[in-house]
Amino acid sequence: MTDSTSLLITGANVIDATGERLADVRIADGTITDVATGLTAADGEHHIDAAGLTLTPGFVDLHTHLREPGKEEAETIETGSRAAAKGGYTAVVAMPNTDPTQDSVSVVDFVRRQGQLAGLCDVYPSGSITVGRQGTQLTPFGELSEAGVKLFTDDGNGVQDALLMRRAFEYAKGLGVTMAQHCEVEQLTGGAVMHEGDCCSHLGLPGWPSLAEELMVHRDIELVRLTGAPAHFLHLSTMKSVELVRAAKADGLPVTAEATPHHISLTDELLRSYSAIYKVNPPLRTMDDVTAVREGLRDGTIDAVATDHAPHVPESKEQPLDQAPPGMLGLETALGVCIAHLDMPLVDIVAALSWKPAAIAGIDDVHGRPVAVGEPANLTLFDADVSWEVVPAELASKSRNTPFVGVPLRGRTTHTILDGTLTVENGTPTR
Amino acid sequence: MSRSLLSIEELGADGVHRILELADTMAEVNRRPNPKVPALRGKTVCSVFFEDSTRTRLSFETAAKRLSADTMTFAVSQSSLSKGESLKDTIETIAAMGVDAFVIRHGSTGAPWLVDNWTSASVVNAGDGWHAHPTQALLDMYTVRTALGRTGGFDGLRVAIVGDIKHSRVARSTSAAFHAMGADVTWVAPRTLLPPVFHEHHTESLDDVIGPDGSGVDVLYMLRMQNERMTEALVPNLREYTSRFGLTPARAARLAPHTLIMHPGPINRGVEIAVDPAELPGAVITQQVTNGIAVRMAVLFDLLSADADPTSDLERPDFA
Ligand SMILES: [Zn+2]
Repeated sequence: MTDSTSLLITGANVIDATGERLADVRIADGTITDVATGLTAADGEHHIDAAGLTLTPGFVDLHTHLREPGKEEAETIETGSRAAAKGGYTAVVAMPNTDPTQDSVSVVDFVRRQGQLAGLCDVYPSGSITVGRQGTQLTPFGELSEAGVKLFTDDGNGVQDALLMRRAFEYAKGLGVTMAQHCEVEQLTGGAVMHEGDCCSHLGLPGWPSLAEELMVHRDIELVRLTGAPAHFLHLSTMKSVELVRAAKADGLPVTAEATPHHISLTDELLRSYSAIYKVNPPLRTMDDVTAVREGLRDGTIDAVATDHAPHVPESKEQPLDQAPPGMLGLETALGVCIAHLDMPLVDIVAALSWKPAAIAGIDDVHGRPVAVGEPANLTLFDADVSWEVVPAELASKSRNTPFVGVPLRGRTTHTILDGTLTVENGTPTR
Repeated sequence: MSRSLLSIEELGADGVHRILELADTMAEVNRRPNPKVPALRGKTVCSVFFEDSTRTRLSFETAAKRLSADTMTFAVSQSSLSKGESLKDTIETIAAMGVDAFVIRHGSTGAPWLVDNWTSASVVNAGDGWHAHPTQALLDMYTVRTALGRTGGFDGLRVAIVGDIKHSRVARSTSAAFHAMGADVTWVAPRTLLPPVFHEHHTESLDDVIGPDGSGVDVLYMLRMQNERMTEALVPNLREYTSRFGLTPARAARLAPHTLIMHPGPINRGVEIAVDPAELPGAVITQQVTNGIAVRMAVLFDLLSADADPTSDLERPDFA
């Protein structure tokens, strides 16, 4: 059955959680209606010849800073959604460090509604663990979870108080939500600008020791052991963090973890350029850490790639290292960085970009689904082999703070389909 | 010759030697009854100090004036920085007034490199963060060279840099310069005041480097120890610091007569140097200040003289 709103994709290499095969896929009214070989386009049907391309469930970003409300000069929910779509994402989890903070139903509803209005990808607001991300009072987990929030985090900061974190785990356990921790013991990172090691010693900068991350990973693993509540570890960056999570998983604890594209591709040596474009939190680390994080992704210790997309206006990054804010763009380059830097099967890369994060975000009823009849048509089509470089003026994000300008990337989205509608066609957003 | 002087590492051993040779010529100028030459007439040097340092600023300005350059000063207290003007705005505004060289002091690592990207003028790093202070390192090298008469290099020279190395741009640049000159450098500090990877060639005992008969070291470079390191719990208290790392009368009495004692100033009397420096025969601390002018003249001349006024009576020496 076809009609004028239907879409036919032929000849694609289809990858989903069930495996990999060549197939043609027909979509109508937001649903996959046909998966077969030898399908032909009906009159008036939109046809994409996808020979040589890979069709997968749409990507899901667990860690996006959309900046709205509060910092619309750097990004809006619309521009961030467009950047997401361009990167192949059909869903993003919006981090709560907005102004006001996403700590109430009204702010969370606002973010979701702006996402719907933009209509470029599904925006799932996360909630903060503590009111105003101040680390002292728990947010109303019950109300927020009823409003659809599945992931709670004070990202940008870790919850410093161990007792408060214990209570967060305990209280949230019955609600079916997950606590996502930005692991940083702030007593050890005061004033820190970059990874504590060789490079920071020579540059005379205050260092962010790996231990500051690892101590909190360790603390939360033990709190998970104590409470039985699930934890997700945001943007892990050190060798020992990966080891801790590997051991916790071996113990059967309900923990998951993510790594960013930049922590699998860049090292602290880049700060020798004095360019704040490379300043992130947690900081870029050593090659040994990069290797360990890649290995964590390869063996499944780290479940997902999450971008930590953090837009900033150019002026704020044109400052000395200690004055510039941390963060870099990620949505439009994640796939290209992953294929270029991860020596693992494409199906495992897509798993880390799609169905595994969808499960962590609690949205795997709609996203990261198999490419099969009756499933929602949230899909990504990409060229896994194309080599390309970022052209800043072509970025969909309102900001330009990407470290990947002039760096060869491999693999680029050509089409993104949200609920049966093309949000990106031939690499260009449709709206 | 390069356009800017940002770090000793960029200058390299050859660059250090070149500046020291040039500084000899400048020292000769400074000994004249009228210590002024027209070498940089028509050039404008602007000092931009985001951190207070009257000593360094005056040293640079004196150097520029002795070469007949025009000088401008931009002090932060008079600026609109407090109104949110960025470093980039400030530099671009001053550059638009026509400046040949910026002498910049900034509390942030790397700021002079950013400035260098934003202007076609020469940039001299007059100290950034805890990171680098290349002209201090050059004047230190010039002082050692003059005091010991070692024009060829410092092979075999045993140097100890003592104190708060972690927070010291002087320690970083001066170590790099001593290495470039071929000296052996030992860092002497408690581990709380040592950057994480400086543990090689490190000792926590000043007595070890001096040795029982005082002959273990040729240059003792004492760094300024600030009170705030105590409140930050990096050292238990200053008395203990002095007893372990200070140049006390007992240690001073043991030093071999040829041992040079250096300090970037200002001295925290009674703490890192607990003796009147006038009573230390090897102290070259005032020479460091004097030599600072000649070395900074050499740096400015090196950077700005390529297209300098041809009527200058100071010919660029030939190092070929
Ligand atoms: Zn974070």
